[in-house]
Amino acid sequence: MKYTEGPEIRDTKAPSGPIEDRWEKRKFSAKLVNPANKRKLNVIVVGTGLAGGSAAATLGELGYNVKSFCYQDSPRRAHSIAAQGGINAAKNYRGDGDSIYRLFYDTVKGGDFRARESNVYRLAQVSVNIIDQAVAQGVPFAREYGGLLDTRSFGGAQVSRTFYARGQTGQQLLLGAYQALERQVAAGTVEMHTRHEMLDLIVSDGRARGIIVRDMVTGEIERHLADAVVLATGGYGNVFFLSTNAKGCNTTAIWRAHERGAYFANPCYTQIHPTCIPVSGEYQSKLTLMSESLRNDGRVWVPLRKNDDRAPGDIPEDERDYYLERIYPSFGNLVPRDIASRAAKNVCDEGRGVGPGGLGVYLDFRDAINRLGRDAVEKKYGNLFEMYERITGENPYDVPMRIYPAVHYTMGGLWVDYDLQSTIPGLFVIGEANFSDHGANRLGASALMQGLADGYFVLPTTIGDYLANGPYGDVDEEAVAEAEIKVRTKIDRLLAVNGTRTPDSFHRELGKLMWDYCGMERTEESLRKALERIPELREEFWQNVKVSGTAEELNQVLEKAGRVADFFDLAELMCLDALVRTESCGGHFRAESQDADGEALRDDENFAHVSAWEYSPDGPILHKEPLEYEYVKMTQRSYK
Amino acid sequence: MNLTLRVWRQSGPTDKGRMVTYKVEDVSPDMSFLEMLDVLNEKLILEGDDPIAFDHDCREGICGMCGMVINGVAHGEQRATTTCQLHMRHFEDGAEITIEPWRAAPFPVVKDLVVDRSAFDRIIQAGGFVSVPAGSAPDAHSVPVRKEDADAAFDAATCIGCGACVAACPNGSASLFTAAKITHLSLLPQGQPERLSRAKAMVDQMDAEGFGGCTNTGECTAVCPKGIPLDTIARMNSDYLKANAK
Amino acid sequence: MTATIERGSATAPVNTPASKKTPTPKKQGGFLTSSNGKKVVMAVTGAVMVSFLVLHMLGNLKIFFGRESFNEYAHWLRTLLEPFVPYRTVLTILEIGLVVSVVLHMWAAISLSRRAGKARPVKYVAKKSQANGYATHIMRWGGVTIALFVIWHLLDLTFGVVNPAGYNSSPADRMIDGFDPSRWWVTLVYVVAVVMVGLHLRHGVWSAFQTLGWANKDRNKALRATAGLLSIVLVLGFLVPPLAITFGVVK
Ligand SMILES: Cc1cc2nc3c(=O)[nH]c(=O)nc-3n(C[C@H](O)[C@H](O)[C@H](O)COP(=O)(O)OP(=O)(O)OC[C@H]3O[C@@H](n4cnc5c(N)ncnc54)[C@H](O)[C@@H]3O)c2cc1C
Ligand code: HEM
Repeated sequence: MKYTEGPEIRDTKAPSGPIEDRWEKRKFSAKLVNPANKRKLNVIVVGTGLAGGSAAATLGELGYNVKSFCYQDSPRRAHSIAAQGGINAAKNYRGDGDSIYRLFYDTVKGGDFRARESNVYRLAQVSVNIIDQAVAQGVPFAREYGGLLDTRSFGGAQVSRTFYARGQTGQQLLLGAYQALERQVAAGTVEMHTRHEMLDLIVSDGRARGIIVRDMVTGEIERHLADAVVLATGGYGNVFFLSTNAKGCNTTAIWRAHERGAYFANPCYTQIHPTCIPVSGEYQSKLTLMSESLRNDGRVWVPLRKNDDRAPGDIPEDERDYYLERIYPSFGNLVPRDIASRAAKNVCDEGRGVGPGGLGVYLDFRDAINRLGRDAVEKKYGNLFEMYERITGENPYDVPMRIYPAVHYTMGGLWVDYDLQSTIPGLFVIGEANFSDHGANRLGASALMQGLADGYFVLPTTIGDYLANGPYGDVDEEAVAEAEIKVRTKIDRLLAVNGTRTPDSFHRELGKLMWDYCGMERTEESLRKALERIPELREEFWQNVKVSGTAEELNQVLEKAGRVADFFDLAELMCLDALVRTESCGGHFRAESQDADGEALRDDENFAHVSAWEYSPDGPILHKEPLEYEYVKMTQRSYK
Repeated sequence: MNLTLRVWRQSGPTDKGRMVTYKVEDVSPDMSFLEMLDVLNEKLILEGDDPIAFDHDCREGICGMCGMVINGVAHGEQRATTTCQLHMRHFEDGAEITIEPWRAAPFPVVKDLVVDRSAFDRIIQAGGFVSVPAGSAPDAHSVPVRKEDADAAFDAATCIGCGACVAACPNGSASLFTAAKITHLSLLPQGQPERLSRAKAMVDQMDAEGFGGCTNTGECTAVCPKGIPLDTIARMNSDYLKANAK
Repeated sequence: MTATIERGSATAPVNTPASKKTPTPKKQGGFLTSSNGKKVVMAVTGAVMVSFLVLHMLGNLKIFFGRESFNEYAHWLRTLLEPFVPYRTVLTILEIGLVVSVVLHMWAAISLSRRAGKARPVKYVAKKSQANGYATHIMRWGGVTIALFVIWHLLDLTFGVVNPAGYNSSPADRMIDGFDPSRWWVTLVYVVAVVMVGLHLRHGVWSAFQTLGWANKDRNKALRATAGLLSIVLVLGFLVPPLAITFGVVK
């Protein structure tokens, strides 16, 4: 795939000066909108997850006229609902030495020095307000006997800053945002459109002015116009077909905005979570995450011998390889996600994996049960063990769990500036859909924090600055008609092929290809192979896909086909991005760039930048946004 | 495994609907129920038939999107399990399985097994929230909450809004759903100021949507994937009574 | 892709998109027309009826102290507060209260079950209860059985219309003749009905606690036990006199 390089991005609109003051400064410099004018300003928010739900609710509270969209039948079902572990905040309620600065530092370092300092600092600052807001809404966080909030340490952090609500933190936070949203729906400030899928962005006079959506029940194509558009449509991990994302997660909204001019940043940064339930067969439709907390007490191992097909209980102690404890003696089973994932892949590649297809490693609680007693283990992990048993039919108290890494989160997304505005004026992108705060690797419990920071606190301020110059007047009818025709044409094309393969079968094949060639470990060779194979497969898709039914009804096959079509285009850009970035960093591991011990080796000289890709029919254009570190010194991560 | 499925097919809201029989072969016991339907649908698509429409999203039992009545039981006979988490190993080879949508007037069928549950959203709109605009909240530690209350509130708050309670209730009542939210908020100090008005508004909205009344049969709790207890309904009733006494 | 079975009509059509048809609560008559309000009516009237049943049962047991004692009690009921108020005043008031309760109870039961019927216009092809189906089946059908029985019971023992002892007899005569061994089938009907009442109350009394908002996690066991105990006591208390008569223990 050919690409060209365009001018660097120099200005991200972040204020200058001491990092602690930048957000204050920006808040003060942002223009305010006269309350009477707010009612005349229309904002579209696509997505009702933590980011979109909180944004739509807050914009409604502020008095804007908001339209909110989601593809599910209720805003409460956005994929944020599935987050388990918790949410970080620099409250320092424990007095264990946490601070805004430390959260900032950990996040920049955890992101392997590929995130912006200004943004991350703001995230850490705002994190404390999120907890206050959520508690006031009635989010039932875990509490201690004294009635105060409980926290735990999560994802290898050395301080206890993760707030949680049993294993359902995402659910409880999302319900808080959902309830705030429904309150605004009742108040008439937000108009809710469920079962509506965004299929294109309307850009008029260089500004984002609306969206084209399909009513998924009637098939009607609708146009919705506004003064600004906010995308909060989540991550694109489903490009791998198998991931821990919900089945409906897609790239369609951001990809089509990308085609309209929004830059796509760091598409290749993918997070692979080490503890998921392995694939059990060809029919597998998705992967289930098992909470990372299991690694606190479970020990990870594989047989020493290759292709050892004895039952785990029959393998004596000295024929087991507790490889994480062996390779990383100081962190052991608690090494960060990317490291644990890659280590599992390596032992499986050696032929020592367990379970169907040799794609799994044991997570064993035998020692924990012996040490703590079965009851204590049950108290801590009972619900997770149950979930495991429900899915696999195996009882983890007797047989070690089998786990394998799975795609979990995408750090990449649409490029945004400090104001969360994309390269299209009036198009704002928040939550997992943007690329902003996690660099090349996201720390556990930080996605919820970022989504809510964006939605409750950052966007409502920064979008005001843009809207203060509005309303933006009539939208060019031609631009609307063009977008509408583009959408209809694509749908008609999909229905007209009438081939012999289902959209799912293409998606599965694409996913496998991405997993094999652009997954946990990438090489120049594998990426080139992928870049060769993807266009062929896409060609076949457009020649041979079979979409049953019509466009004028609820048609889940058609929905799926549209999403798969966009995944093809995205997959290609991901591989290109991975190919161009010849260094390893965070979740992006290039086999060519590792140190003597096989750890990821960054190349700060050549790659301390964000790769922002501009869409062009003649091939993508790369814009580099240099990253500078004034506060956190760049170092090589080490967990030995 | 080979199975015979009897599935409710209804092409749209105004179609009459009927049960249609399908044979599915080579089902693996490790498949989830929805994966089994995926396999059937792939076959139907290639045969030029309309695949069976059903709602689903996270497939982890938390989004509340999936739900069908399987052999007469909402989400199937496996307790505390959503349809997406139900696995085929709980069925016998050669079994005949009846699959129907949630049936309730306030949940009109959209297509096949897909129903419209927006009534639930409107019940929440009526008052299922704490009125606290972003940015106005006091420090999270300014109001301690008894651990017991926080835990009980959490138990009620785990409701995923799937609608199984309505589907299972012989009266088509949404009491368990409504009571879960009322209980969650009425147990917490943050929920007190609006406690009674909330209960009144939500219960009245539930009635207005056309749900049936509760007769405490307990069918709802029995199928609830999150095991929301029946005494949430007592709490709702109590708040509702007090609200009306005022 | 074989056989198709036609059945039922579709559920209500959704013509307008979901988000656009927000039904605002109907302007309703308030509390008493809400489904919860009706349940409260049932609970309160149910409590009135239960209190009556307890008194009634205690009265019935007087038959063991002989005809005179029973007749005296029946007479006492009619002459309560006499001469302050005329003959039968208090009893009439109680009876009216009772009839009003029965009527309200049935009104609420009927309107709630009609509401339930409307809430599920299309029935399931297969439906399996996960909570024993006990309450579902017992309450409505049990209630109807009880209603039919009450009519018979009044004709039999209150008005004596269908009683061998006839209208102009003493209460004790009506009772003892009514359950004469030769009329074993009357006893049988009575037994069935009383057991039905017991089953109705086993759920009903607990349900009333729930309806009035008194149930909670800690109390649930005790409340269920109370309901069970009350039902058993009432059933036994009501069954012993007629059985004793039919088996000739009381003559
Ligand atoms: C299993 C799992 C566990 C996790 N656990 C944690 C955790 O413990 N801590 C943590 O911090 N993070 C966790 N994460 C990550 C975190 O949950 C997500 O990154 C975050 O919730 C994303 O929120 P969001 O609002 O950006 O998007 P989402 O919640 O994904 O919402 C996307 C919204 O966009 C809508 N949408 C999408 N496409 C379209 C379209 N084309 N048209 C219209 N609407 C559209 C959807 O309907 C939905 O409303 C977890 C993720 C997974 C998968
Ligand atoms: C006349 C015929 C009767 C009918 C049709 C009838 C019907 C019903 C029905 C349908 C219910 C609601 C079921 C539920 O809540 O689960 C109910 C509840 C109840 N009934 Fe009856 N019933 C009758 C007679 C009686 C009698 C004679 C008594 C008592 C002596 C009684 C006491 C109760 C009580 C205490 C409740 C519980 C109310 C509540 O749930 O709040 N009923 N009845």
